[in-house]
Amino acid sequence: MSTLNLLRPSKDNLQSNLYLGSFLVGISILDVFLNSFLKLNITSFLPSIISIVLPFLLGMFGFHLMRIEFSGIKNLDKLNKNINTNNFNAALTLLIIFLIIKAIPPVMSWMILDANISGDSKDACTGSGACWTYIKVWFKRFMYGMYPNEHIWRVNLAFIFLVVLAFVGFVTPQKYRNLLTLYYVVIYPIIAFILIYYLISGGEFGLEWVETGAWGGLSLTFIVSFFSLIFCFPLGMALALGRRTELPIVKYVSVGFIEFWRGVPLITVLFMSSVMFPMFLPEDFFMDKLVRVIIAISLFEAAYVAEVIRGGLQALPRGQYDAAKSLGMGYWKMHIFVILPQALKLVIPGMANTFLALVKDTPLIFVVGLAELAGMLQMAKTNPKWLGYAMEGYVFAAIIFWIICYAMSKYSYNLELKYKTDR
Amino acid sequence: MKLKKILPQAITLLVVILIFGFFTMNAQLNMENRGIDFGYGFLSQESSFDVQFSLIEYSGSDSYARAYLVGLLNTLLVSILGIILCTILGVIVGIARLSPNYLIRTTAAWYVEFFRNIPLLLQIFFWYYAALRALPLPQDAEAIFGASYLTIKGFYTPSLIWENLDIFIYSVVAAIIAIIFVRIQAKKLRENVGKHLPVLNISIAILFVLPLLTFLFGGVNVGYETPELKQLAKTSFKFEGGLSIPPELLSLVIALSLYTATFVAECVRAGIQGVGKGQREAASSIGLNRKQVLNLIIMPQALRIIIPPTTNQYLNLTKNSSLAAAIAYPDLVLVFAGTALMQTGKAIEIVSITMLTYLTLSLSISFFMNWYNAKIAIVEK
Repeated sequence: MSTLNLLRPSKDNLQSNLYLGSFLVGISILDVFLNSFLKLNITSFLPSIISIVLPFLLGMFGFHLMRIEFSGIKNLDKLNKNINTNNFNAALTLLIIFLIIKAIPPVMSWMILDANISGDSKDACTGSGACWTYIKVWFKRFMYGMYPNEHIWRVNLAFIFLVVLAFVGFVTPQKYRNLLTLYYVVIYPIIAFILIYYLISGGEFGLEWVETGAWGGLSLTFIVSFFSLIFCFPLGMALALGRRTELPIVKYVSVGFIEFWRGVPLITVLFMSSVMFPMFLPEDFFMDKLVRVIIAISLFEAAYVAEVIRGGLQALPRGQYDAAKSLGMGYWKMHIFVILPQALKLVIPGMANTFLALVKDTPLIFVVGLAELAGMLQMAKTNPKWLGYAMEGYVFAAIIFWIICYAMSKYSYNLELKYKTDR
Repeated sequence: MKLKKILPQAITLLVVILIFGFFTMNAQLNMENRGIDFGYGFLSQESSFDVQFSLIEYSGSDSYARAYLVGLLNTLLVSILGIILCTILGVIVGIARLSPNYLIRTTAAWYVEFFRNIPLLLQIFFWYYAALRALPLPQDAEAIFGASYLTIKGFYTPSLIWENLDIFIYSVVAAIIAIIFVRIQAKKLRENVGKHLPVLNISIAILFVLPLLTFLFGGVNVGYETPELKQLAKTSFKFEGGLSIPPELLSLVIALSLYTATFVAECVRAGIQGVGKGQREAASSIGLNRKQVLNLIIMPQALRIIIPPTTNQYLNLTKNSSLAAAIAYPDLVLVFAGTALMQTGKAIEIVSITMLTYLTLSLSISFFMNWYNAKIAIVEK
């Protein structure tokens, strides 16, 4: 048994080093924990400056003692390798642990413990935490905008239909599988348009007409991103092919189109669609604001989609083109059956990023006076009955958008794995 | 065979001409009917509106062209501040994502996942309407480092007052030129004779000594002015003097840099991971030390992967800065495409100038990037 050297922890005194080290780290974490959860300062007998840095110093020394290479204990080795490789790492580890412990109580008490959700007016919010009553009262507005309450079932029904129809691909028998592309690219958008036109907009079959100005909230986010997504994809594909042809006029028109839209911010495009575009149309020709916005966003995103697809086309080896040509395929046959299926597979991550950007860009339509979720928040925030609850609204919207975008990115990651082919 | 080539092009050309013709015809008709005439003469007219925050002197009696310049400079200010901050944060987070420390790695990953998946507009609103509104009023603000104040009305900090600033700037420029010269000479020396000069130390010395000399001999002097709390009315206080940063600028820069940093972090991570493991091993095995491996082998290759997508993100940041209009920060879109458009009604002229400005900015950066890419691309044999 060699003497215990605290400055140079070694394998010889494994047990004592380990126990002392973990004890010190435990004490330091316990101190911070009690401090932030129970407002208890167990080191209050010390001068304040020492009392503040003490947990950190104890933790550092504890980690130092525990840092024994090849100790033979599986968990200790794993721990050292992951969070305790050297002093710098140990310090960062401690800081992050302390930060998390410090951050939990205020966040918890604001979001849950001191929050109010009962009641239906501002008076119900008496706690010091969040006022979820505000979200509860405004929930229908956040979801459906100014859409009349008694007709909200129409929006719901339309969305249920759309979701159900979107799942057709999963239950189609093998025999009709090759018709699926046709279904998703042509038939589904048409059905979607008809559903939204007759159900949500109304005006026929005894349904009351609801003007698009009254649409809003999260449902509008979905409608705008859905249609923009559907339109921008084929357009982007055409532009990508156009940019890669050898026909000079087609090529330069595509290049000009892509570079123009990629060079300007979306907000100016929306400005253009609302103030400049009407000047370009015949005087008696009226185009709905929502339609103009969807066209603007589709044109804008199509340029980005085109660049992503071009990346995929360029990544394909020349041999694929040569092989297809040597089989006597023409331009369209070659692209539809050989090039595009492979290229599109390659660009799944890029496409997902573009679509995510599209969804995240939809709040911008507030500049033309359409209020989707973020726009409705601005409206609710300035309501004299509900002043001062901006934070709750933004947290709520952030959570919703985060879930949508995170789910999309995870789904695209799965798609990428599913269609990954080795060469 | 020839028809196959000419027909699609002819159709494209026809469609483009038809669309443009249709639009211009309608625009002319519409403007005639409404009695608007097309022209850029309004740019020299008096603008007669005020701008809250501007980098150059501006008042309502100045022309629309001057208002345009104010907006453009404000846009550039936000973009440059945002680019600097997002680069610093992005590089740190990107490297942290590759850290051997599990906690750091996970924290960085969550940071990226969190800020990337929330619309930027929502984040700007959050900082402006929720987070910065929770700050104290000017009279309750506590001093940070004795002289700076973070209040609901903005950030106040001492400003520097220079004497003979131009001489100082000339000296900095001279120092930079001298450093470039030293580097070229050092490279020549290394390639011809094989002698290593301590270039970094020499550069730092030049950068500090030359400007310092101007303080001693050039008559350059620097003083500072601290913000003072002034009472306007019984309950109304205001800071005067010093440098004041309005809350709009503050929240815009915070939101833009936090958001864009996530993308920069991903670029940095991809770049470092993109350099093969074999490169590092090969470099170590020929006897380079850790610093040399990083400086001579890893970074030159990683930067080649990192820089193009990162410039793209800088461009996105510049374009996203137009969201300033949502929180009334007087940038190009708000001042020019907003206020000036409302006053003059010159929709086509103003929107086209605004778009052209952004287009010029983007295209010039992307041309530069293409040139740079071509220059640094590895020439394959």
